[in-house]
Amino acid sequence: MQLVLFNVTNGLIIGAFYVLMALGLSLILNLSNVINFAHGNFLALGGYLAYTLSPTLGYWGALLVAPLLTALIGLAVERLMIRRVYNRDPVYSLLLTFGLAFVMQDIARYVWGPNGLPLGLPDFLSQPISAELFFVTWYRVFMVFVVIVVVLGLFGFLRYTRVGVRIRAGTLDLETVASLGVNIGFLRTFNFALGCFLAGLSGVLAAGQIGLNPNMGDDLLMPSFIAIIVGGVGSLIGTLFGGLVIGMAAALTTVFFPSASEAVIYAIMMIVLLVRPRGLMGEEGMMS
Amino acid sequence: MTTDVATAAAPSARQPAVPHWARLVVIWGLLIAAPFWLPLLGGYTALAGRVLVFGLAAMGLNLLLGFTGVLSFGHAAYFGLGAYGAGLTLRYLVHSTPLAMLIGTLLGGLAGSLFGLLIVRRRGVYFAMCTIAFGQLWYYLAYSWNDFTGGFDGLRDFHREPIGFGPLTLDITAGPQFYYFLLAIFAIAVTLLGLLVRSPFGHTLRAIRENERRARFLAIPVERQIWLSFSISCFVTALAGTLYALLNNFADPLALHYSLSGYFVVMCVMGGMRTFWGPLLGATVFVVLQDYISSMTVNWMSFVGAIFVLVVLFFPRGLLGLRRQSGEK
Repeated sequence: MQLVLFNVTNGLIIGAFYVLMALGLSLILNLSNVINFAHGNFLALGGYLAYTLSPTLGYWGALLVAPLLTALIGLAVERLMIRRVYNRDPVYSLLLTFGLAFVMQDIARYVWGPNGLPLGLPDFLSQPISAELFFVTWYRVFMVFVVIVVVLGLFGFLRYTRVGVRIRAGTLDLETVASLGVNIGFLRTFNFALGCFLAGLSGVLAAGQIGLNPNMGDDLLMPSFIAIIVGGVGSLIGTLFGGLVIGMAAALTTVFFPSASEAVIYAIMMIVLLVRPRGLMGEEGMMS
Repeated sequence: MTTDVATAAAPSARQPAVPHWARLVVIWGLLIAAPFWLPLLGGYTALAGRVLVFGLAAMGLNLLLGFTGVLSFGHAAYFGLGAYGAGLTLRYLVHSTPLAMLIGTLLGGLAGSLFGLLIVRRRGVYFAMCTIAFGQLWYYLAYSWNDFTGGFDGLRDFHREPIGFGPLTLDITAGPQFYYFLLAIFAIAVTLLGLLVRSPFGHTLRAIRENERRARFLAIPVERQIWLSFSISCFVTALAGTLYALLNNFADPLALHYSLSGYFVVMCVMGGMRTFWGPLLGATVFVVLQDYISSMTVNWMSFVGAIFVLVVLFFPRGLLGLRRQSGEK
């Protein structure tokens, strides 16, 4: 029973990472039609920046500042490169972010070294919450809490602020939004930076749990794609749901059949594509 | 898009600067003579073999990417399945090179055809995303099924066998002989691809690329054609994969990894994805550069990544595409 409980909490946490990562990817994909292959590298970047900043700013300062810096770098990348490939054949945006992922990974390896690094946590976060639940540290509770707050904040932002509403409108029909006088260049830049912020934040959180290495984002990238496909392209709620579903599925498979934990998320994707091609919560026509 | 309509409407009757037959003579002449001139430039025959293998895979992908306008970012899956299919056959089933190639090609091609059925209605980046994710499934499978596939270390303990034609035996175990065997397979596959591109079927693919809606109004069964194009390109790439396994006597999970899919795409784009021979040129440049850079520095990933970025930002039409810049815009 404890084993199952352990894996359920594990699934929740893995799912939470997938969700944060996939929400950022999904934001960028929905508005700008760009698959950001470098998203995993923005995640690693966030973690590494926190590692560098935490001696001076402390853990809490790093947790706040590192994602913002990641967003800033994302903003620069979008301005300098990615905006040049909007409205071109999607092959170019894919190749561009793909190449960028390679370069960023090598930079991380060059600057911070190829070996794993730990990110120090405040003492009380590393304590287990009780003797029976020894496998649940406060840090895990804290991570889930942060993810919930951020996801609620994101949905609130998209619902109640002017920029957020414009992003959602642009997802549906960017041309009309542009013709209503909205500066869609700014909108896309902001949206890209927002996605990178989420990646950076998940990087800082992940670093506290699994440590840092230059290709830490790679393992999270594919499940995030699958979370988006399963949840339904075009629907952020779907992405949220998809991330949790595959996180849970992977963790629970680990209990009964450990070697299949990777395969099961692909199986889920295939079933969804077969039975409900637009994804669990996707809108008709969004994917074609 | 409006530009697509313009290109579709414009007649494609431009006079090539070099006559078609002369180009073919140069390409095939260079390929046939490669084992003789390559060492003079500091290359080696296996490098030429690698160019042929990756060139064939990229040309197979380009039927889909360049001629149908559908973006697959997961062709490494079919390449790798071909490689593993051939390797596993040689190791566990029979010591027969032709059978290994047949089984590998069927394995990769059929996996692609079946998956193609699920995704033919997807377009653009969504199609690409599905192909990437599906491709990674095979990577994880090869990676984690240690006993059978050799896991991360790759599949070893098999090697290409001499081929018997009745009384004659074709010994392809040595390097140069195998190069000509590769070249023969390459020639057959590329000739078939060329005929396919020129056939009425090939023209419907280009019609879909230029304007899908118009193609649909002309009663072209768009989904079926895209599926056929996807399946054929998977078969060709899987064939290239089997040759890859035979060339190295080795198959590794990286042959299934999505970064290889990216390499195939960049080969097509770098060479010129709207041209028939572009992917071969792209593969040549890429293979030679990768060989050179990885012998010079450990930071080869940045260089490869930088090539991607530079191609996208500055050479989106590719090397062969540069020549015809004036005609299309």
